[in-house]
Amino acid sequence: MIPEIGHLLLIMALGVALAQGVVSLTGAQRENGAWMALSRPLAWVQFVLVALSFACLTASFVQLDFSVLYVASNSNTDLPLAYRIAGVWGGHEGSLLLWMLMLNVWSVAVAAFSRSLPAVFVSRILGVLGLVAVGFLLFTLITSNPFERLLPAALEGRDLNPLLQDPGMVIHPPMLYMGYVGFSVAFAFAIAALLGGQLDSTWARWTRPWTTAAWIFLTFGIGLGSWWAYNELGWGGWWFWDPVENASFMPWLAGTALIHSLAVTEKRGGFKVWTVLLSIVAFSLSLLGTFLVRSGVLSSVHAFATDPRRGLFILAFLVIVIGSSLVLYAWRAPKVGLGQRFGLVSKESMLLVNNMLLIVAAAAVLLGTLYPLFLDAMGMGKISVGAPYFETVFGLLMVPVMFAMGIGPLVRWKQDEIGGVARRLRFALPIALAAALLVGWSAGRISLVATGGLTLAFWIVASIGVDLVERLRPVGQQTNVIARMRLLPRAMVGMMVAHFGVAAFAFGVAMVKTYEIENDVKMGADTTTELAGYNFRMIDLHEVQGPNYKAVQGQIEVSRDGKLIATLQPEKRIYRVQTNPMTEAAVDSNLLRDIYVSMGEQLPNGDWIVRVQYKPFIYWIWNGCLIMMLGGVLALSDRRYRQRKSSTAELPAQSLSSGAAV
Amino acid sequence: MKARLLWPLGIFIVLVVFLAIGLKLDPREVPSPLVGKPAPEFSAPALMEPDRVIRKQDMLGKVWMLNVFASWCVACREEHPLMVAYARTSGAVPVIGLNYKDKREDGKAWLSQLGNPYTDIVFDLDGRIGINFGVYGVPETFIIDKAGVIRYKQIGPITPEALRDKIEPLLRQLNA
Repeated sequence: MIPEIGHLLLIMALGVALAQGVVSLTGAQRENGAWMALSRPLAWVQFVLVALSFACLTASFVQLDFSVLYVASNSNTDLPLAYRIAGVWGGHEGSLLLWMLMLNVWSVAVAAFSRSLPAVFVSRILGVLGLVAVGFLLFTLITSNPFERLLPAALEGRDLNPLLQDPGMVIHPPMLYMGYVGFSVAFAFAIAALLGGQLDSTWARWTRPWTTAAWIFLTFGIGLGSWWAYNELGWGGWWFWDPVENASFMPWLAGTALIHSLAVTEKRGGFKVWTVLLSIVAFSLSLLGTFLVRSGVLSSVHAFATDPRRGLFILAFLVIVIGSSLVLYAWRAPKVGLGQRFGLVSKESMLLVNNMLLIVAAAAVLLGTLYPLFLDAMGMGKISVGAPYFETVFGLLMVPVMFAMGIGPLVRWKQDEIGGVARRLRFALPIALAAALLVGWSAGRISLVATGGLTLAFWIVASIGVDLVERLRPVGQQTNVIARMRLLPRAMVGMMVAHFGVAAFAFGVAMVKTYEIENDVKMGADTTTELAGYNFRMIDLHEVQGPNYKAVQGQIEVSRDGKLIATLQPEKRIYRVQTNPMTEAAVDSNLLRDIYVSMGEQLPNGDWIVRVQYKPFIYWIWNGCLIMMLGGVLALSDRRYRQRKSSTAELPAQSLSSGAAV
Repeated sequence: MKARLLWPLGIFIVLVVFLAIGLKLDPREVPSPLVGKPAPEFSAPALMEPDRVIRKQDMLGKVWMLNVFASWCVACREEHPLMVAYARTSGAVPVIGLNYKDKREDGKAWLSQLGNPYTDIVFDLDGRIGINFGVYGVPETFIIDKAGVIRYKQIGPITPEALRDKIEPLLRQLNA
């Protein structure tokens, strides 16, 4: 009964979403107040229906109702409760439902936190979100119904994919989808602005927090995915440039560009057309990612079971949503007008450089991801594009991005002098280079790539330092440094923190790429091996039983100079139902280095191939992501977003001073 | 409307065309470089009689199939009834089994339980023959012509459609 209720709720949600889309947009167009007033309640009703439907599927999982095909395919009697719940989004159908739920969470968030916005504008936004929901609900109901019955019921379920049975995987998809779907809000804002033909700095101020919020979730989701892959896949890699990873990374790049471009639109009223286009592009890339993952056009480790009908449906949906928005863009963009002029040396031009490079980087990732498809489609053979392409192209593109990141925040809006900026930063570059060489020297080897990466990372830090010193230097009326610090706008502190996160991330990448050491060794009970000054002793190997798997577990003592550091317990698991082997790596990590041990293959004589790895500073890769997120959160908490009443002034007074936050 | 503003739409349309073509293609379908080339030489013990050696030359002059299977392979279990049924049809070509990376007893037990469709079975304990044939997933099936050249490779289980539409017509043509 529960699955039928869930299905029915989803059908009702489709009806409500359609009403939300049509009534709100028509109401806004005709300026019919009664119709527009319906958009908020309709969004809430749709949210309740989808949430209840999601609850129904969760209930089927918790009860292990194997008469539901999707439940039978993704769970098992022995599956622990937490993974039964995570199983709801462990496959294609349920993860679409999660997508829907997230879209509705964003919709009601807009409905709830938009009291200060004009009714026409809110109606348009909720209308666009309603139509996006219609597309996804139709997709779910027509091609991917999670409530489909399996009669007669299966006696036992096929179990959740063992790869997904990991705590990181329980929260990775919801976070990632919150980010993905969150860009639908910026998209809806952009479409509403195009429809209304009105786009000013007030619009940008409304859009910014939503974009930043989505970006925070996406950053977290991607970082978590990377951390999961590192711990779970057992190779010790943290990014594989897999099509699905790229699919989440491209919206992130576009979203990052959008955040910066919105800053210009808000502070200077510039980049308007470009901002609108970026809003559309960020969401389009999210949709494209959905298509790539679920249509089977590219082969990937993440591939869902594919069905040509699904691919065709999403493609049609892409054409309707993106195609119509781009037509609308081409038609209406001239209405929104151009911004103010700015000089060659100005914050605007630095942000333009940032935007161009980030979009080129996103395009390079897109090209690499789709290149095999292009060649195959033209009958020019089958190839795959691997990490070397992405690392080279992306790495080179990030050099100017990071260089500009050190300059941009210190440059004034509209017009600045190159000499002044260079003078303020005169010590930053030599200090950064010296620090990079010092790190290389203390690591025992100075390499060109590492020095380049480290210099850029320290350059960003040095520039933040210069910026802070200038702002906190006790001059004028307020001479107390602490008091001056309190006066810094949160948005500006957020920017500094986020940029520091980028530096931390780049530092981690440069260190790991250059100084990691790995070795595959044969180990049996009571054997030892050495790596990077650490001694690894295999105490013994024994079998362990998990709830739904059995495993061989090694006990490895890691010591240095005779002092015990950690006892690691890597496992090789065989899950009973799906019978594929899983490598559970064991990691001892601190802020300076990771010791990573994973079990490979068993040899005929009972010994195991064990991979031991030493990864210096790898945690800074994920710490960098967390710091970037923190920066986003700080920016989001800025006072001006909390103001109930919005000012309609074209340019807030503070933006005219040189110290405006980005 | 300025032409500049139409650029994004243009790029998107090109992208959609490629994605639409891409939907029809299967990225996992990797053509075997061995198709059209002579089958690799092998000489290995028979599964049933460890002392007897089977060689590639034994099959020269015949059109035959090499079916890679293993007792540990789940998809083989799915494919097997079709192979058994095929072996019973009149005009069936000889099917040589390649028992891949398996234990001798397991392989034998598997066949006695599910039926033995094979004319002869090559025992490939260390998987060397499989590697020479470029096997990366089991089951796989090769069609080899009278001159010992590989003419077709089926990756994954043979489906009734693949047998009817691809394999049988090819065998008839090769035997004609």
